[in-house]
Amino acid sequence: MSVSTLQTSLVDRAPVAPVSAPVRPRKKRGWRYGLTVAAFLLPSAVPLLLFVLVPMVAAAWISLNDWNLITPMQFVGIDNFVQLLNDPATASVFGNTLYYILGYLPLVYVGGLLLALGLNRTLKGRAFWRGIYFLPVVTSWIAVAIVWRWLLNPSNGVVNTVLGWVGIDGPGWWTEPAWSMPSIILASAWKDLGFVMVILLAGLQAINPELYDAAKVDGANAWQRFRSVTLPMLSPSTFFVVVISLINGFQVFDQVYAMTGGGPAGSSQVVVQQIYDLTFRYGAAGEAAALSWMLFAVILAVTVVQIIGQKRWVHYA
Amino acid sequence: MKRSLIAAAGIAAASALVLGGCAAQPAEPEGPVTITYSNFISAGGNEENLAAIVEAFEAENPNITVEVETLPYGDYFTALQTDLAAGTIADVVDTDFGFFQTLADSGALAPLEIANPEAYRESLVDAYSRDGVSYGLPSSFSAVVLYYNADLFDQAGLEYPTADWTWEDEQAAAEAITALGDGIWGSHQPVSFFEYYKVLAQNGESFLNDDRTAVAFNTPGGIEAAEWLVNKSGTVMPTIEQGQGTPDFDTNLFVEGKLGMLHTGIWVFGAVADVPFTWDIAVEPGNTQQASGVFSNAVGVSATSENVEAATLFAEFLTSSQTMVDVRLESGWELPPISDESQLAVYLTKDNPANRQAVFDSLDGIAIQPIVATGQQEMQDIMNEELIEAQAGRKSVADALASAEERINAVIGG
Repeated sequence: MSVSTLQTSLVDRAPVAPVSAPVRPRKKRGWRYGLTVAAFLLPSAVPLLLFVLVPMVAAAWISLNDWNLITPMQFVGIDNFVQLLNDPATASVFGNTLYYILGYLPLVYVGGLLLALGLNRTLKGRAFWRGIYFLPVVTSWIAVAIVWRWLLNPSNGVVNTVLGWVGIDGPGWWTEPAWSMPSIILASAWKDLGFVMVILLAGLQAINPELYDAAKVDGANAWQRFRSVTLPMLSPSTFFVVVISLINGFQVFDQVYAMTGGGPAGSSQVVVQQIYDLTFRYGAAGEAAALSWMLFAVILAVTVVQIIGQKRWVHYA
Repeated sequence: MKRSLIAAAGIAAASALVLGGCAAQPAEPEGPVTITYSNFISAGGNEENLAAIVEAFEAENPNITVEVETLPYGDYFTALQTDLAAGTIADVVDTDFGFFQTLADSGALAPLEIANPEAYRESLVDAYSRDGVSYGLPSSFSAVVLYYNADLFDQAGLEYPTADWTWEDEQAAAEAITALGDGIWGSHQPVSFFEYYKVLAQNGESFLNDDRTAVAFNTPGGIEAAEWLVNKSGTVMPTIEQGQGTPDFDTNLFVEGKLGMLHTGIWVFGAVADVPFTWDIAVEPGNTQQASGVFSNAVGVSATSENVEAATLFAEFLTSSQTMVDVRLESGWELPPISDESQLAVYLTKDNPANRQAVFDSLDGIAIQPIVATGQQEMQDIMNEELIEAQAGRKSVADALASAEERINAVIGG
């Protein structure tokens, strides 16, 4: 959307249209061009190679071995994968992770959208409020998790105390298996609201105001303008938020580690927590590496499906 | 460059782990040598005490410099395993008794030729030996005792705990103190694996069978022991909802004067020292017999160290020198692992708590930590989880133990 606006204005204002410039022969780019490109790419390509690709390949190799991190590895072929597929814990940790995503995603998207819509208006102290809502995003998860553990403390936490005032007997949040995941979802959505808000806010501001004017002229009310202009025009931002949130959601770890450690009774044990436990607690780094690759496959599959599916609902104006 | 690359990827380790051919003879190196020591024992308050010991060692061995890295206990073993995998392990490393088994089994520790083995308490030096060869040197030991708030006992008109108390006596006192009301609780004991194997021993039962291939606790005596732990919750001890089980909760409750009795180690002497009420300790009550939790830490020398001799010298100094004994006794930093009990006499003359004899009396009956060949941590995690299920009332004690038995046997059965 913004790209086309930009192009239009360039064409409007610049009589010498760049389009008419002769296209340089490809050959002339030569090694200098290649070096320039490399210079720009290296700062991100080198760390990417070292800290993402090399470990991924290493993990692939480790997943084919039995290894406790201390004694030499023993090649076992696909045994680790077979073991994981036969272990009921695997289904359980993927189930818990899915539960997390299904609870977290709608909450953080709708909350972030409401905030973005609210803070997109002319409002006194708008920048201040935007800053406030963004603050949790840049706060360390450990600090946030500790604060939420206090807030959700079953006996003397703020949340249950306030619920008590209106006659509700608050649940045992992170002490009861049924409530441990909702606790984590709540804290996570709160922390990430600001991030979603910023992305959607940028999307909202890129919507051409003329579209709203045109819709008004056609007699569309506020709700109709929201449904037929805002939401479709916002769909690229929405798509970005959904893709990023899903990828991050599958890898949820910090808040689980800090708030419940996967408990009680394994009720909030997620995939990455299981990978951590297998590696550092149970001396099964091979199995952990295999589980990482299974997680990677799932994330890849989900992301590919989303990218294919986006054609149906994402509108790039 | 290549080596560090591989290390970063975490795939080295294998080649590095070849056992040293023979035990090293400790002797001072001829040229300057720097060794590294990674520890958790000084974390959280004893950093300066450790520094004093290191300084004394360096003064005595001018050719050796010791670089100390201190990590909290909670993070230490993750870091140690990462270092082992990457081949960046320190020359001298700390370990507790549980992880020592893993380290020794996997050949990560060098056999130690020490100058003066009789300086150590025999049972402790044996605990870190395999077939008569030391792979670790005990650095300290500590016991779990019964702390009590004497003022609360006075208020409730009770006699103070003594070494011949049983569970029944503790229960009666705990109920009387809880009845004082005002947010005061009678007795706190963690609901965990480490308490459970101990109360099993106090009830004449055992966690594992003789050949350590299956659990042995699912018996009437084992159920009784689990009930002793679990049933305190909500009667004479706060529930999980009320905060029980969170770090330092029990010590804080005691320090605030709201707890009559507390089962914990002598490592919190310091935290409790300045409370505005009278307190003391006693040997933990047993049921059919006395059995106390005793914990020890040790240091080992990495099998891949390039300075095994210097590292061994330091390890020995750190665990048996007079400086170490003086520093530990002066600061109350757990107990030195030495055999010469006359030196420990100083410990007994110190105050706060007055009945320090209880620490040594606790050693008369020791509940030894159950160790299995594989699945140690999983076994402990499962036991913790099932006990907490029973504590929270989501399972009966009998069901929790039956489930723990089935799950643990599947993990350790081999």
